[in-house]
Amino acid sequence: MKDAFGIPQSLLVLGGTSEIGLATARRLVARRTRTVWLAGRPSPALDRSARQLLDLGAEVRTVAFDALDPESHEAALGKVFAEGDIDMVLLAFGVLGDQAHDEREPLNAVRVAQTNYTGAVSAGLISARALQAQGHGSLVVLSSVAGERARRANFIYGSSKAGLDAFAQGLGDALHGTGVHVMVVRPGFVRSRMTEGMEEAPLATTPEAVATAIELGLRRRSETVWVPGALRVVMSALRHLPRGVFRRLPV
Amino acid sequence: MTDPPYKGGTVARMSADTVPAAEGDSGTTWGPVTGWGRTAPTAARLIRPRTYQEAADAVRECGVRGGIARGLGRAYGDAAQNAGGAVLDMTGLDRVHAIDADGGTVLCDAGVSLHRLMEVLLPLGWFVPVTPGTRYVTVGGAIGADIHGKNHHVSGSFARHVLSFELLTADGRVRTVDRGTPLFDATAGGMGLTGVILTATVRLQPVETALMSVDTERAADLDDLMARLTATDHRYRYSVAWIDLLARGARTGRAVLTRGDHAPLDALPERSRARRDPLAFRTSRLPAAPDLVPDGLLSRTTVGLFNELWYRKAPRVSRGRLQRISTFFHPLDGVPHWNRVYGRGGFVQYQFVVGHDRADALRRIVRRISEHRCPSFLAVLKRFGEADPGWLSFPVPGWTLALDVPAGLPGLGAFLDGLDEEVAQAGGRVYLAKDSRLRPELLDAMYPRLTDFRALRAELDPRGVFVSDLARRLHL
Ligand SMILES: Cc1cc2nc3c(=O)[nH]c(=O)nc-3n(C[C@H](O)[C@H](O)[C@H](O)COP(=O)(O)OP(=O)(O)OC[C@H]3O[C@@H](n4cnc5c(N)ncnc54)[C@H](O)[C@@H]3O)c2cc1C
Ligand SMILES: NC(=O)c1ccc[n+]([C@@H]2O[C@H](COP(=O)([O-])OP(=O)(O)OC[C@H]3O[C@@H](n4cnc5c(N)ncnc54)[C@H](OP(=O)(O)O)[C@@H]3O)[C@@H](O)[C@H]2O)c1
Repeated sequence: MKDAFGIPQSLLVLGGTSEIGLATARRLVARRTRTVWLAGRPSPALDRSARQLLDLGAEVRTVAFDALDPESHEAALGKVFAEGDIDMVLLAFGVLGDQAHDEREPLNAVRVAQTNYTGAVSAGLISARALQAQGHGSLVVLSSVAGERARRANFIYGSSKAGLDAFAQGLGDALHGTGVHVMVVRPGFVRSRMTEGMEEAPLATTPEAVATAIELGLRRRSETVWVPGALRVVMSALRHLPRGVFRRLPV
Repeated sequence: MTDPPYKGGTVARMSADTVPAAEGDSGTTWGPVTGWGRTAPTAARLIRPRTYQEAADAVRECGVRGGIARGLGRAYGDAAQNAGGAVLDMTGLDRVHAIDADGGTVLCDAGVSLHRLMEVLLPLGWFVPVTPGTRYVTVGGAIGADIHGKNHHVSGSFARHVLSFELLTADGRVRTVDRGTPLFDATAGGMGLTGVILTATVRLQPVETALMSVDTERAADLDDLMARLTATDHRYRYSVAWIDLLARGARTGRAVLTRGDHAPLDALPERSRARRDPLAFRTSRLPAAPDLVPDGLLSRTTVGLFNELWYRKAPRVSRGRLQRISTFFHPLDGVPHWNRVYGRGGFVQYQFVVGHDRADALRRIVRRISEHRCPSFLAVLKRFGEADPGWLSFPVPGWTLALDVPAGLPGLGAFLDGLDEEVAQAGGRVYLAKDSRLRPELLDAMYPRLTDFRALRAELDPRGVFVSDLARRLHL
């Protein structure tokens, strides 16, 4: 169960090697979390992630999960929930893709969309149903500022996150009053494996900062969290810029 | 036993905060539930049985996520919540069945509130044996948490005055449970996890008037306070100290002691209204706190100011002042929904006890709280008497401190964890009826009879029908 501060005792990370996901898990384990499930594509990296949390004192288990194979989601996630209540599900999987390359290779672009959007729709709905049956729990969805307004430079990724974000908001409304809390997290540029080697955007932040913001959001039962918080204002200004101006922005 | 003088009529309904508005079929609603602290809401099927049969049916049909009894929801944390399962709102069973006005006992439904009992019993010259800081708790909740009052050092906990009760157990049977039996001691303080209490027979306290005779004095600091309580508590039936946890330096632990007893008839001025009708139960009520309170209204500054005023307005010394029962015991009941002043994030109540010989731990904890600047008002310090027989009953002889803190205070979780360590090391414990955040690993050390409790539950309720969010969180 979550405590008075919204900290879960059991956590399921979908995308078990995600740097943001692991930073969040580390932070929660330092507080109250005892059981962590890492769901991801089996790999040495996934095992390393598990060991990392094990060393912090958590009881860690891994489960094979591929966002691109929605047919398998029911069984994979069903297995986790059958073992006991999950107080928080962190939807952390996602791929950035390579915009220039993917524009030329539509099938690659489709994989980005399928991972970030349809994969999340499937895993999100299955998790939501299980949480609802429990009568409690938080579903924390890692969206992105990129979904707030599609940019020339990464509209494939951006549009997939826009879809995910809208989906998660709607799901949150659908679950209102069921005891299940859906929180949409919109980080800006986060220094992680995903952005390695890329030029940093203004207001760049770290996985640890995202984890801190998530912990605060859980305590406040927030529905939307921006990281860093200043992005809320920045993005609401950008959202209202005329297309012609926005197009010419160096973002 | 005389005939039942009263029937039905719920006194105080569950607060609108905690109960969903939409009513479905057959008196069942589905929606979020919280405790009095308004943290960690979870959804459950709320069932309000009107007969014992309906209660038994509800237990039989409560499904895989089990059920738990709920009284007036005054437990601060998640004790009367059951995510995804059934919550039996027992306030629909609220009849006072019989009063023995000569012997001083009452037989009533578990859903009857202490407020109701006072209304019914005071005119007959009887008072409840133990009352907490609010009258709006049920008899079931009073046994379930084995509550204590300002008279613990003299009278012990509530269940000490319960002669027997009827318990609806997981197998759907109703058992009569007498004091001195294992099932009685597991249920007293057992947080609803042994079954649903349907009725109870409670021994009462005789009184000549409905007024209290109260002595008030101020203590300049914690040492002064502890010395005064230690020296003279035994002279009073009721004793408690309000302590200003925001005061620092030399004033750390400054406090106002209010102690007293039921006023005897001859203490009332002759020819006064009170003298003409000495057993009239009068209360005062102020407007309810608004539902939407901006977060952060309770800052260190406002709370500090409040505490300062409270301390100053208390007389340095006053003796034998007459006070209403509600003023003496239940000052907060005057403001319905006062829990809303903490805003949306809710609040945490922290109450612990450490033995008399561990005053050092108490001193350290008070210093830590006042240094941490917790905006806590109306913290209460009291000395407990003998431990009670309930296996999970909270009181043990020693010092108990209770404080409220807004849940949104940054770093509060880790800070309270630190206090837990201190309490556990001193052989003390925290109070489950108020808990919403304890680390489960500490529980076994705090409650050594937990092993017996678990064993009894495993036998009585092998399928785990009775379960609550508290039980899930702390692995009770
Ligand atoms: C302002 C305030 C002051 C307080 N002061 C004190 C104090 O001085 N001393 C003290 O000890 N406590 C105090 N409390 C706590 C309160 O007395 C207890 O939490 C009490 O249990 C609340 O009773 P309730 O009827 O509201 O029960 P709930 O809060 O609804 O339930 C509390 C527990 O009792 C169980 N329970 C309720 N009814 C039944 C039943 N019929 N059968 C079996 N189990 C049942 C529930 O399952 C749950 O575990 C205070 C609370 C408030 C809000
Ligand atoms: N980094 C940023 O700047 C940033 C900004 C805003 C939002 N976000 C979002 O935050 C989330 C986490 O990102 P991160 O920074 O932590 O990046 P990361 O370390 O690269 O994590 C991405 C995760 O997604 C997993 N994944 C990718 N495809 C998958 C698939 N088909 N099935 C299952 N898992 C798959 C990866 O697992 P494998 O190990 O199997 O590849 C990895 O665990 C992502 O949704 C991302 O879009 C990131």
